[in-house]
Amino acid sequence: MHGLINKSIQAFLRANYGQRLWLQVAERVGFESEGFEAMLRYDDQLTEDLLQASIEALDKPRGALLEDIGAYLASLEPIRRLLRFGGEDYWEFLQSLDELQGRGQMTLPDLELPELTLRTERADRFLLIVRSTINGWGAVMTGLLRAMADDYGALAMIEQADTADGQEAVQVVLLEATFNEGRRFELARPVGGVR
Amino acid sequence: MTVPCACQNWLRLARGLGPDALGQLMPMFLWLDPQGRISALGPALSKILGPGRLLGARFEQHFRLRCARAGRSGVASALDGRRRISLSLRARPEITLRGSVADVGMGASDGLLLNLSFGIHLAEAVREFGLTETDFAPSDLAMELLYLQEAKATVLNELRALTVRLEDARRSALSEAQTDPLTGVANRRAFDLALERLIRGLGRGGQSFALAHVDLDYFKSVNDTLGHAAGDQLLRNVARVLEEETRRSDLVARVGGDEFVLLLRGASDRDRLHSLGERIIARLEEPFSYGEQTCRISASIGVALSPDYDEPTAEVMLADADAALYLSKRLGKGRCSLASASAAAEGMRA
Repeated sequence: MHGLINKSIQAFLRANYGQRLWLQVAERVGFESEGFEAMLRYDDQLTEDLLQASIEALDKPRGALLEDIGAYLASLEPIRRLLRFGGEDYWEFLQSLDELQGRGQMTLPDLELPELTLRTERADRFLLIVRSTINGWGAVMTGLLRAMADDYGALAMIEQADTADGQEAVQVVLLEATFNEGRRFELARPVGGVR
Repeated sequence: MTVPCACQNWLRLARGLGPDALGQLMPMFLWLDPQGRISALGPALSKILGPGRLLGARFEQHFRLRCARAGRSGVASALDGRRRISLSLRARPEITLRGSVADVGMGASDGLLLNLSFGIHLAEAVREFGLTETDFAPSDLAMELLYLQEAKATVLNELRALTVRLEDARRSALSEAQTDPLTGVANRRAFDLALERLIRGLGRGGQSFALAHVDLDYFKSVNDTLGHAAGDQLLRNVARVLEEETRRSDLVARVGGDEFVLLLRGASDRDRLHSLGERIIARLEEPFSYGEQTCRISASIGVALSPDYDEPTAEVMLADADAALYLSKRLGKGRCSLASASAAAEGMRA
């Protein structure tokens, strides 16, 4: 598994629950190093163990935990900015998700992002189908899409769903693409880099 | 005769393609009349050139043609027959534009149509002119380029931070591997490496050096009477004294229980080495207090000098320093002896 994914989980735990909880989780999975390195690879099982240990330590259902991780990712300024390149408003952003995997791989060819397909069911109703060898990306995307709706200032109802053939999916009902102003986004990177 | 159908369609298309439609398709288009004045331009270009009256302005007022054909004046003739062009902005010469050009009307009777875009200076232009996504045609790859540039910068930052962390870890592992944990001075391994380096350096014209073997006298009795904790404290004290009496460029190493060695770079004066040895011994003989108790030790020193050898080796120099140390002990301890130059030259033991 790409270190970026493990490091995201680590950063999420530290930011939302503190260093002590992270150390507790690291202890449970027998991870002895100071922390994950975003640019190294780790054994796939370690990611699964990490999630399992977090679920136990926080006493939180898997789906809810993964949604929170998705929301956390979208709150990180570098990631938020990269996602905002997807489009001018939330509708365009949704349309751009088909390319998310490709965009990710353009930067990090070995990053295991899910394959996303947006199906328009009605004018205001979308189903984002999430295909991945790793179970749980549907929940992560649900949290991420909710956070990005806030970021764009869109009014939307976003829930985890499943397709008829059992694929993970996210149901999006877009009530208003520009409900309020949303957060600022300028194409030019802020001087001094993004933190 | 009836006009052919395809031609009619072309006419209809041309009539329908007003500046607004052109601007939507090509936000950076520029239409010049045959005299080289701006007839129309796309919204992004007008944002970049503005404010001020742009329509009717001469091309040269705002742009400079890069690599214009020699001897041709006027933009129309300079662009004649070209398809790719490169321009820079008069107001911002560092920002270059590139694009394509096409004739409007037969023989450019209605002027020239230019479609421009930013080259490699895209990111600067976006910052400089406050451009947004709507300033680029959806078919333009500008957004992908900006995205990629930013993603790449983020990944590079992460990699740079990783490299720094790895380098720090490497340095501290290295220093741990070469440090005596009790006293904090170099260990045997570090000493061996440094001695090898000095000897190799001699072959390349490097500076001479002296190797001093320092062995504590009466240390065992301190250990026996005051305990190991006192012994450890004493060894730390010895290491501190040795470091204080040598220079930063010298090396102090602990190579055995109560054995230290010094590598003294640039030292070749026998008298000065001798007095250094005696000074060290005098300081080590100062009373040492541990809690309520006080004890005294001394030290014997043997020194070998690299200039005494034609081709010094670590083994021979170490053996000669040892022999000089043994001589110090035999002469009653608490002394410093130098391996004799003639003995070293003859390969004998002092």
